[in-house]
Amino acid sequence: MSNDTDRFKVFSRRAMVLGAAKLAVFGGLAARLGYLQIAEQKRFQTLSDKNRIGHRLLAASRGQITDRFGVPLAVNNQNFRAFLIPEQVEDYDLLFKNLRQFVVLTDFEIEEIKIDIKRQSRFTPVLVKEGLNWEQTAQIEFHLPELPGVFVEEGEVRNYPISDSTAHIVGYVGRVNENEMTDDPIMSMPGFRIGKTGIEKEYDLALRGHAGSIRTEVNAVGREIRELEREDSKDGARVMLTIDAELQNYCQTVLAKEKSASAVVMDAYTGEVYALCSSPGFDPNLFTYGISTEQWEELLNHPALPLNNKAIAGSYPPGSTFKMITALAGLKDGIIDANTTHYCSGVHTVGRDKFHCHKLSGHGNTNLIGALQQSCDVYFYKISEQLGIEKIADMARRFGLGEKLGIDIPGERSGLVPDHDWKRGRYGSKWQLGETIVASIGQGYLLATPLQLATMTARLVNGGKTISPYLAKSIDGKPARQQKMVDIGIPKNHLDLVIRGMNAVTMSKKGTAWDARIKESGFEMGGKSGTSQVKRITRAQRAAGVKNEDLPWKDRHHALFVAHAPINDPRYVCAVVVEHGVGGSSVAAPLAHDIMLEVQRRDLAGITKKDEDTKI
Amino acid sequence: MKQAAVGQKDSMNITERIFQFNWSYLFFITVVAVVGYFALYSAAGGDSDPWASRHAIRYGIGLVGLIIVAMIDLKVWQALAYPLYALGLLLLIIVEIKGQIGMGAQRWINLGFMNLQPSEVMKIVVILALARYFSRVTVEEVRNPKTLLVPLALIGMPTLLVLIQPDLGTALMIIMAGAAIFFLSGLPYIWFAGAAGGALAMIPIAWQFFLHDYQKNRVMTFLNPENDPLGTGYHITQSKIALGSGGLTGKGFLEGTQSRLNFLPEKQTDFIFTLFAEEWGFIGGCVLMGLFIVLMIYGYLIAFRSNNSFGRLLALGLTTNFLLYVFINISMVMGLIPVVGVPLPMISNGGSAMLSVLFGFGLIMCVYIHRDYKLLRR
Repeated sequence: MSNDTDRFKVFSRRAMVLGAAKLAVFGGLAARLGYLQIAEQKRFQTLSDKNRIGHRLLAASRGQITDRFGVPLAVNNQNFRAFLIPEQVEDYDLLFKNLRQFVVLTDFEIEEIKIDIKRQSRFTPVLVKEGLNWEQTAQIEFHLPELPGVFVEEGEVRNYPISDSTAHIVGYVGRVNENEMTDDPIMSMPGFRIGKTGIEKEYDLALRGHAGSIRTEVNAVGREIRELEREDSKDGARVMLTIDAELQNYCQTVLAKEKSASAVVMDAYTGEVYALCSSPGFDPNLFTYGISTEQWEELLNHPALPLNNKAIAGSYPPGSTFKMITALAGLKDGIIDANTTHYCSGVHTVGRDKFHCHKLSGHGNTNLIGALQQSCDVYFYKISEQLGIEKIADMARRFGLGEKLGIDIPGERSGLVPDHDWKRGRYGSKWQLGETIVASIGQGYLLATPLQLATMTARLVNGGKTISPYLAKSIDGKPARQQKMVDIGIPKNHLDLVIRGMNAVTMSKKGTAWDARIKESGFEMGGKSGTSQVKRITRAQRAAGVKNEDLPWKDRHHALFVAHAPINDPRYVCAVVVEHGVGGSSVAAPLAHDIMLEVQRRDLAGITKKDEDTKI
Repeated sequence: MKQAAVGQKDSMNITERIFQFNWSYLFFITVVAVVGYFALYSAAGGDSDPWASRHAIRYGIGLVGLIIVAMIDLKVWQALAYPLYALGLLLLIIVEIKGQIGMGAQRWINLGFMNLQPSEVMKIVVILALARYFSRVTVEEVRNPKTLLVPLALIGMPTLLVLIQPDLGTALMIIMAGAAIFFLSGLPYIWFAGAAGGALAMIPIAWQFFLHDYQKNRVMTFLNPENDPLGTGYHITQSKIALGSGGLTGKGFLEGTQSRLNFLPEKQTDFIFTLFAEEWGFIGGCVLMGLFIVLMIYGYLIAFRSNNSFGRLLALGLTTNFLLYVFINISMVMGLIPVVGVPLPMISNGGSAMLSVLFGFGLIMCVYIHRDYKLLRR
């Protein structure tokens, strides 16, 4: 009995110890639970949400690009794309074999698809092929039972209806490369394309819109269970250009008469660019699904450089189209006026150097209007000798030469207006008088783009105001740009005198472009031709009387023409440059004639209408 | 002590036994089972099929078994202790020889209506046999090492057999439950210290020769779960996320995203506590643990009320066994110990564990009913 009591005592003591230990364990577990659920709750909540919430992006349609009348220049077409869902495919080799009956799949493409399959979860669709035509789509849809796991979905692809003629303005889109990557989620959309050139690049942010997103609850293997919230996508903005598609097409056709040419047509008062052409063009639709190597090489190696937008990136010596600048510098400086005459013997000698006039026999005594009319070189040699380069350069800059004008597409070049500082910086040597003399007729170091020449002409005829050219008229209906017109400080009588000289070029029989004059009443234009040397004419060539047309194409002179119309109250200006076209008045002026007549007939600025309004 | 003086008897008829039944104890057992029903209902995404309904049926069957076990005379259980132990051992050997392969471990015998896990039976009969043995050993005899040879063998044989299966969790539970009875019988503290030291020394040897690769992986993952977040560490990482994101009050019934979206593995079995605490939060987790503590206290009170040594050891041994399930399972899902595959009793889906635990409660109830028995020492 006492034995049993002992045992009970021992048992009781031990049981209490064991019981206390168990309660302690419970306490420990509760503490751990409290640590996880209370102290660490935030962290685990985040991890849990990360687990369960998946994001899916919703595509936004890229904004349309239209001309000033709403004619579509860049649109989105249906793009039928074939996908496959890996978890539904049993035999890839058989599947690809079957698919190849309907679509072309290279071995390389199949390898790429297999890599995508490995990279993604088994129920995420993998893109097999895009840009399927109707027939291919129908074939695949019809044979779906033999193609387990395959489905066709409609997406969008960029298309350029007027392809070649607007390629340089509108540009094109392409796959995003590493440098273009930002944190915009839309970039991770399958098939997203970013603007690579032109308006597509400049206004890419507005055009691409905003991707929407769906937040979904996903399970452990990533399958969507239900939708939690949705933010709809916002389509890209519609960009309306200042361009008139029909005029643009027309100009492109006119320029296509020559091997390589460019032209800019704009409003002298608003800066709206009505047409901006670079010929030859190219088909931007080639880039949609990736251009073939052969086509790319062909574009790259073409002597006329079709990929270049020569209207804004082609830099040419302006030749005689620069003479208005020299004249205005002379007028401003007071060394000439309307009546000042200079004698042209066909050559001007400075020290031991001889500077020839294009007319070897000379123009005799001539005033400013005559010098512009007949494009007498010696007249300008003489005044530039008195002026010096700095005054000429200053005048050139007032007219937008030597600087980028800020047109709203990428790739614009600044041209070049040389002066003492530039020469010292570039060559480390002193400016020479001879260099001033050649600059006075737009030769030597001077370079200008067709866009600059058109802008220069615009500032001449609009009363000396700093308009700048632009292409985007409105974005989603809102005006894209406010034109700031600042006076460039040229007296009106100076401008009028120069314009009279330009009018004499086309409107008088002695004018260099008399043959290219517009005969239609009310549509007459004024202008100035220019023929700029690509290579110096050697003494031997001059002596032998070698004709420029006989030289290799690459060595021939550039032909330029700047024009304004109508002659009474100029509203439209244009610049035409025909690369290696030999004669400004014989080659470039007739093109300008066609273009200036057409733009007036189309009455883009609404002059005729306004006149009628004022009559009432 | 008053009652001990009043009734000291050696036999009871059926009616007396029914009157002695502890209904409140049964009530709390049922409450835990009901919690299990709803947890399994949630695990199936708000459906009684496939787990919750079967859980209820199993509980029903187990409840009948519990009452039958409780009604059987304690002397019968004392007499059957060794034969049942032998039967359990035999089942383990049968499983070893012709058991079916499941989860890479041979663990159950197909009885036609259910899969029986002999290791679950073994957990109970080992305690039964040990209680029987130690009930006849005096405090002095316990200090004699020779006395310990038999109980050590009683523990050692099934432990080795379940280790071969391999089922580390059950082996640990048998050893720990056995140790508890040793402890309650008055084995000197110093010996436990020695045994613990010996066990620690065994770890490197066990690691080298006895542990399977998957078991080693589990231990390595436990030590560094972030090392392998998508492999073996995935379970425990996701379990911690589920628990932690539950917060103080939980995400709500049927709203446990981790479990419903299948991030939580084995949510209806080993990780049911995670599911429960994700949906009911810290408060729910503590309430459930509180229920387990209530059952523990009942076990202790019954043991102290028992007038015979066999009953006392049996009641505490079985209570300890029950709590071992709880401790190992909850520690495991909270990342405190490696994943060893021990279910949460009365909550997890699974037949053998539930029946085994209810069998145990039946025996404790039997101890309560026969608390005034004064069983002879020899």
